[in-house]
Amino acid sequence: MEFWYDPITTIFNSLLATFTGWGMSEIAATVLIYAITILLFVTFAMVLDIFLVWIERKVVARFQDRLGPNRLGPFGIFQPFADIVKLLIKEDITPVGADVIMFNLAPIFSMMSVLLLWAILPFAPKMVGVDLNVAMLYLVAAGSIGTLSVIMAGWASNNKYATMGAFRTVAQMISYEIPMVAAILVVVVLSGTMGAVGIVEAQEGIPFIFYAPLTALIFLISAIAELGRSPFDLNEAESEIVAGFHTEYTGMKFGLFYAGELLHSFTFGGFIALLFFGGHRFFGLENLGPIVGAIIFILKAIFFYWVIMWVKYTVPRIRVDHMLAFNWKFLTPLAFILLMVTALVGRLLMDSLWLVPALFLSNIFVGWMTVLYLKSHERKTREAEEAKSAPVVQH
Amino acid sequence: MTTMQVLFLFFAAIILGSAIKVVTTKKMIHAAFWLVVALFGIAALYAMLNAGFLAMVQIVVYVGAIAILFIFAVMLTRKELLDKGAALNNNKTIAALISLVFFGGLLLLLTNWSGFTKMAPDLPEGDMVAKLGEALVTPNAYLLPFEVASVLLLAALIGAVYVANEARSE
Repeated sequence: MEFWYDPITTIFNSLLATFTGWGMSEIAATVLIYAITILLFVTFAMVLDIFLVWIERKVVARFQDRLGPNRLGPFGIFQPFADIVKLLIKEDITPVGADVIMFNLAPIFSMMSVLLLWAILPFAPKMVGVDLNVAMLYLVAAGSIGTLSVIMAGWASNNKYATMGAFRTVAQMISYEIPMVAAILVVVVLSGTMGAVGIVEAQEGIPFIFYAPLTALIFLISAIAELGRSPFDLNEAESEIVAGFHTEYTGMKFGLFYAGELLHSFTFGGFIALLFFGGHRFFGLENLGPIVGAIIFILKAIFFYWVIMWVKYTVPRIRVDHMLAFNWKFLTPLAFILLMVTALVGRLLMDSLWLVPALFLSNIFVGWMTVLYLKSHERKTREAEEAKSAPVVQH
Repeated sequence: MTTMQVLFLFFAAIILGSAIKVVTTKKMIHAAFWLVVALFGIAALYAMLNAGFLAMVQIVVYVGAIAILFIFAVMLTRKELLDKGAALNNNKTIAALISLVFFGGLLLLLTNWSGFTKMAPDLPEGDMVAKLGEALVTPNAYLLPFEVASVLLLAALIGAVYVANEARSE
């Protein structure tokens, strides 16, 4: 039963006993166990990634009214292995004039920025890599490594389309970081902590989606932009700049970028579940044990990954200037207004029963005001254009 | 030597080595990336000092924003992406003199400093981030510097908007 309620500590203690029994010092044994755990954890993430490729291809096929991979194994589940073999036996090309070291480092950094996030994902209480007290800042910091990898790939390829893709990505990622940080700050204000475990604990009664529905929407939009998925896939806009920053990459190096993107989407699905949907909780089912909680968390993450795919394959790409205007003139101000409203209402009604309804209603009010403002703004611009184009009547 | 000392020496070597590479490497972009390495090393030092918040802010602000702005500036202002141009001017003697004076001043300050032999005070119990947040809004602590820094940033923001608007109206 001990294993069922705290599996990680139980495994750790038994391994420690085994290793010290072999004559190893306790520190060396701890370091060795940590190294093995990290290796297993990363392997789990990468194996999951293989199946994410299959999920992605199946789901996109369904959205486009196709069957998707269906030849290899039941429902084509072994298709990704064939993909991997194909990627591995492709010729590995480094373009002339490329900066070899940076060209090869970029895909590693891209994958690294995703795997770093897995250190703070709390699958269940006591099933978390590190319970950092600044986990939410860590999320943003890992994102900036991703930005760095894109700019490295774009510049080192010595290709103008790659550079253009890198420019677009960096502009987009730096811009959309701001509403994302503001949305995370709303959650931090509500939970009173920046630690991932603390945020999940704060949602014991009611998940934060009821406290801050608009914030959840802003986080979803800016997460999609951070991921560079459609409608924000300007960085690899196939019809405009070949494939953006990874134009020159072949074989498994391209595979790392692609796998990194998929795993990143899944991880952000996990973060949406963690920040707004109570993490591993599902109507008391999580009380059965941490393993059940972890399965619930993974299922939630897959569900929000599916939402991100749903958006990706439904909405067409937007233009660069629209992307920037949407962020700076709409998303960022709205996120800051929501932050101020949440802080104010949360402070006034602290520990009161009316906190959740008041926050929910204030969110709806802010959303309604935004729609009204957008409508009046649109009418004004339309009238100004009509006045300009209409012939001047002379008396 | 304790593990912490070994780690400190490791990160200090990384910081110093990459800082030297920043000023000696010929390619501009490489210099910017070496700067990123140095900034990561400084973040690691912060993390070793139990200042996790500062370490993360260091990466977010310096690596995520400022270093990328540097790279942008280099990429946008140079015609050739693989730029290997010569230095703009040759003031090696003056530079050496200034850095020697700085080094001497720092050496003088540090030899007179008594903090080397003292042990670091124990950290107070509780959430460090919460304590930092409280210190930033307490009038007796760091409220004034915090507000002054915010006003400075706001002024820079307004200035940037003004300059950008002027460029468009022409």
